[in-house]
Amino acid sequence: MQDLGIRVLFMGNNFSRLLGGLWITVKISLIAVALSMVLGILLGMVMTLKHPVTRFITKVYLEFIRIMPQLVLLFLVYFGLTKSFGIQLSGQTAAVIVFTLWGTAEMGDLVRGALISIPKHQYESGAALELESRQIYRYIIIPQTLRRLIPLAINLTTRMIKTTSLIVLIGVVEVLKTAQQIIEANRYTVPDSALWIYGMIFFLYFIVCWPISRFAARMEKKWEN
Amino acid sequence: MEEKEKLLEVHELYKDYGNGPVLKGISLDVHKGEVVVLVGPSGCGKSTFLRCMNGLEAIQSGEIRLDGNVITDDKTKWSDVRQKIGMVFQSYELFPHMTVMDNILLGPLKVQRKDKRAAEKEAEKLLERVGLLDKRDSFPRQLSGGQKQRVAIVRALIMKPEILLFDEVTAALDPEMVREVLDVMLELAREGSTMVIVTHEMQFARAVADRIVFLDGGEIVEMDAPENFFTRPKTERAQRFLNTFTFN
Amino acid sequence: MDIEFVTEYLPMYVEAAKLTLRLGFIGILFSIVIGIICSLVGYYKIPLLRRITAVYIELSRNTPLLVQLFFLYFGLPKLGIMLSSEGCAIIGLSFLGGSYMAEAFRSGLESVEKSQVESALAIGLSHPQAMRYVVFPQALAVSIPPLCANIIFLIKETSVFSVVALADLMYVAKDLIGLYYQTDEALLMLVIAYLILLLPVSLAAGLLERRLRYAGFGN
Repeated sequence: MQDLGIRVLFMGNNFSRLLGGLWITVKISLIAVALSMVLGILLGMVMTLKHPVTRFITKVYLEFIRIMPQLVLLFLVYFGLTKSFGIQLSGQTAAVIVFTLWGTAEMGDLVRGALISIPKHQYESGAALELESRQIYRYIIIPQTLRRLIPLAINLTTRMIKTTSLIVLIGVVEVLKTAQQIIEANRYTVPDSALWIYGMIFFLYFIVCWPISRFAARMEKKWEN
Repeated sequence: MEEKEKLLEVHELYKDYGNGPVLKGISLDVHKGEVVVLVGPSGCGKSTFLRCMNGLEAIQSGEIRLDGNVITDDKTKWSDVRQKIGMVFQSYELFPHMTVMDNILLGPLKVQRKDKRAAEKEAEKLLERVGLLDKRDSFPRQLSGGQKQRVAIVRALIMKPEILLFDEVTAALDPEMVREVLDVMLELAREGSTMVIVTHEMQFARAVADRIVFLDGGEIVEMDAPENFFTRPKTERAQRFLNTFTFN
Repeated sequence: MDIEFVTEYLPMYVEAAKLTLRLGFIGILFSIVIGIICSLVGYYKIPLLRRITAVYIELSRNTPLLVQLFFLYFGLPKLGIMLSSEGCAIIGLSFLGGSYMAEAFRSGLESVEKSQVESALAIGLSHPQAMRYVVFPQALAVSIPPLCANIIFLIKETSVFSVVALADLMYVAKDLIGLYYQTDEALLMLVIAYLILLLPVSLAAGLLERRLRYAGFGN
């Protein structure tokens, strides 16, 4: 078929449907990212506490979430909660829950890492200047922590956008599902549409994620010292 | 100075990193058993000059001969040449993943393919001489700067080089460790080793050198016996350079 | 909990886990090879190849494996390139993993100062010898923690293999949920299966990392 299957992308509203599908993925990631940032900062601060019980609980949470494939977590929430508790979740809600749980764990670990990487003498030299502890946090600890944290948090965002592609497997109609529908509808008129459409989706993900990771890399370099 | 056989001959050496010449036509002969000390303000090209002698820096024109053979053409097998020209670096450059003994044996075993037991015996003898036999199984990280530099000297010596290059080997050391390294070098000089030394330690230079070479701006400005150079420098540039050290 | 159900379908999980392990192992092996090649191309600054690997790394790191697999499995046949399910899985995982491994090896190689090479050359070692005895051992010690993290990451990523019609763990679990509605049992076995696959790797990685950090080079 040399009559260029690429035209399938521009037939009707196909292209805007694909973009709409991608937006579902991006939207879910962004909601989860926003929630994860807030909860992750809290978790990270809790994890720096020396209390044995909180330590144990946060550690188990962190390890379990990080060792399980995200798809398994999606299955647990989407199928498991429905069955065990009779809560009927939509795929999108399940996805937001799972990616928030996961993002919080990752973000919490980043925050903890950034907090403990600040050398003790930074606190002490702050104290030597007779700053109150609130001021020490405000002017010394928080700015330094943020510099370490922001590039890593941005990277986490691209990871979450990529991982959110999994939601097609719990039945959310997003970009891949939309693609399947378009391919199916054009099965006879444009038989090789799958090549162009999946190629386009590959490209779309790249267009979304690449600028974000470049931005993170630039920030990291700028703030290295 | 009595005329001895020429070991290393440098003729009209030019070196350029691409933004103006660093070495502008340097010629220097080093005789067997001679200790030549290169001095000069920082950035004058003395370290670069040293690194050209064992091919760590490519040169743009000129010629270097070792034992009468040209070593700066395309046919040069640097691996062979470098066994005859040992080098000790300012930052020691011991291999951190190897023990002291393995650091020393790497050359004899992998380059010269020597018998391990014989090489080990040789290494122990050299370590004994620099007072570090008890450190043979230590890792570089466990040694002081002075100890590391003495191991680095042993690592160069075990290859039995004809000539040794020292590139500011005490510059990174704490003051109290400078002595132990300089003592090893003084002893090597007494035994008749051929050495080219770059240093900022003027008293040491005066004590160890047969000849002082003063470099400035990429060229040799003055070349003389240490007594003459330090008491009656011929050029104004050397005079000015020496004045910066008078406070010692 | 329906024990009978569990014992009856356990063999399906075992088979699925074996499939995951086998494909994961091959994919990780290729990833390591690709990673070594890319990191060396970068280390030696080989002109044209350097551009190509840079483009590859950006493409691989900024797209999801799932989308890569859809393209390989459903898209490429339209060009006449027919790949088996296993072929797609291995190519996809290697394409993804190669860039992550390249990053791990790059950080290792860059951690070894160039002056270490000079010092090796200065005692007469050839360049390949300097790399083999001086650079690679030091680089590897730095690369091992990210290497382990990548291995765990890639094993987790194998969980999307069901989209190319492979009967992996997710496929089996989904099948049991759909057919028999034995959700609890299916999910429990799924979680346990992945724990069995991943926990030992994770523990070993942690151990190795601690040893490298504290016992490394005589500390």
